[in-house]
Amino acid sequence: MDLAVVVLLQVIAAVASLVLISIGLAVIFGMMHVINLAHGEFIMLGAYAVIYATRWGVNLWVAMLVVAPIVVGLIGIVVERTVIRFLYGRMIDTMLATWGLSLLLIGAATMIFGNVTAGVSAPLGGVTIGEYQTSLYELVIVAIVAAVVLALMAVLRFTQAGLIARATMQNPAMAASLGIDTSKVYAVTFGAGAALSGLAGALISPLSGVVPTMGVAYVAKAFITVISGGAAIITGTLSASTLLGSLNTLATFIATPVIGEVTLLFAAIVLLRILPQGITGKFFRRAL
Amino acid sequence: MTPRASMAASVVGFGVSVAAIFLLPSVLELFTLINATIYVSMAILALSLALIWGYGGILCFGQAAFFGLGGYTYAVAAINFGDSTGAVVLAMVVPALFAALLGYFMFWGRIGDVYLGVITLTMTLIFFKLFNATAGDAYKIGKAALGGFNGIPSTPPLNLPWDVGSPLAPEDIWYIAASLLVLLYFGSRWLLRTSFGRVVVSIRENERRSELLGYDVRRYKLGIFTIGGAMAGISGILFANCVFVSPTMFSLFYSAQVIIWVTVGGIGTLLGPIIGAIALQMIVAKLGTLEVIDPNVVLGSILLLFVLLVPKGLLPLMQSGFDRLRRPKAPVPVEPAIRPTTTPGARRPEPAPPPVGSAPATNTLGGS
Repeated sequence: MDLAVVVLLQVIAAVASLVLISIGLAVIFGMMHVINLAHGEFIMLGAYAVIYATRWGVNLWVAMLVVAPIVVGLIGIVVERTVIRFLYGRMIDTMLATWGLSLLLIGAATMIFGNVTAGVSAPLGGVTIGEYQTSLYELVIVAIVAAVVLALMAVLRFTQAGLIARATMQNPAMAASLGIDTSKVYAVTFGAGAALSGLAGALISPLSGVVPTMGVAYVAKAFITVISGGAAIITGTLSASTLLGSLNTLATFIATPVIGEVTLLFAAIVLLRILPQGITGKFFRRAL
Repeated sequence: MTPRASMAASVVGFGVSVAAIFLLPSVLELFTLINATIYVSMAILALSLALIWGYGGILCFGQAAFFGLGGYTYAVAAINFGDSTGAVVLAMVVPALFAALLGYFMFWGRIGDVYLGVITLTMTLIFFKLFNATAGDAYKIGKAALGGFNGIPSTPPLNLPWDVGSPLAPEDIWYIAASLLVLLYFGSRWLLRTSFGRVVVSIRENERRSELLGYDVRRYKLGIFTIGGAMAGISGILFANCVFVSPTMFSLFYSAQVIIWVTVGGIGTLLGPIIGAIALQMIVAKLGTLEVIDPNVVLGSILLLFVLLVPKGLLPLMQSGFDRLRRPKAPVPVEPAIRPTTTPGARRPEPAPPPVGSAPATNTLGGS
């Protein structure tokens, strides 16, 4: 019984972490149809933002929940203005350009921060369930991810900013003729996606070592999750994360972590063969 | 260029490359020659992507998968057979078969450009993770221990066909690699002139129109993808002979580099990617010794600048400049470096425009 609870918690934590690392990419891909291969480096920058902020005496939670998203969000806006805006509608070129950006950021981070592993220790202790122990911090991450997803849904559905963003993405010409400054909307949307990636990096930083190349480990997984999810940003990411995260955890539990990862990747390939438009191309089509 | 000028250029190019093949070993030190062999093997990898991406329109983010597979197959088979002859054949067949299998999956599923990129990238990652986890005695294929992260340091060198007693010296491997590059380059040019090659290019230009003309698009794509896989396998064999095989052959680093070489050299040309591969490797190697700036910064900036400012790549840029010089009275209209942007916002991801600089099609059949 206790074991079942622990495994269930692990599945939930795995799903939440997939949602966390994918949601920034999902916003940028789903809203703007831009594949941002520098996503992993946005995560890396978020993690470094936490490391440096805490070194300068900022409270860890403030650093994670406020400083990192703002810093990376601003970087995202700069990137959109200097690179991405020239490439709208040229999907392959955006992929290549952001890949170049990704290499550039890895190299720059290696030169600035050094090729050493930094880290902050995980806050909060553990919780005991029967004879097993699990980390409280992972449960907090689950709660934060749930809050972020709900907030994102609420913003998109109920606020004027969300309405304007959705309208611009659906029909930019019409939105522009109604007086909306579409290039501003693009910049802010890209910034918001980057900020979410920064948040992801910040929340991950206590769990994994922070190195300039850490983004590589996340970008492919996030990319696969978002593509498997399909066109609806939030529902797609949630459903794909649930499916892939559960498979990953179960395979890890039965075999090894490597097999778990491979199962996740392989499941995504099979999924795309069956549902080429992703999960929300077939189910939950009207969802957000 | 006129056909006659192009013919003359090929003959001159062929002469120069043959001369280079035979002169370099007497000029270069052994260490430099081995490095040159590595560059050449990488140039073959670039050529394979130039073929499937530049002419087939298939953007494969995982060309390193076939490269690594070729290297590993060669090493494992050569250790088991003792003789490298069968290993070489196997190291071309296995990546080709794998490419055919993967291609069947993708082309019969009619997967879009972006999804194709994801799947090829994922495949490479799977290989990378699996081969990294093969440390220890449990993972052996016949006599060959896969060795996990360390790879197979004792990768046997090539020997004369069916003659185990005479392994080849690094100079011989240079001759083989360089001749193969020349051979594969002219072979690719020939391939593109056959009716198969022409259909492949027509599919890149307009997939639906080719299909309506009665060609089974999936088969042609599968064909060119498989050929590209075999060529990447050859590149893997040569690389394994200069260095040794390890999981890094499957890493994102190689996949990314190949794409950069092709982009910089010129998508839709065969010579450009070869030049791009050799030139960029020399630049990166030079920067590595200077230790002033991280090579990633340079590679990333180069890719970024080329996508933004020279999307066609270096070779087409030089060619159009050359043509303009020769005919100053009728300047060839050069496309602006930054094409007019369109905004995103269709309801679903639109099929991305063909990667090679064709004008944005106004309808899916491409009629004007």
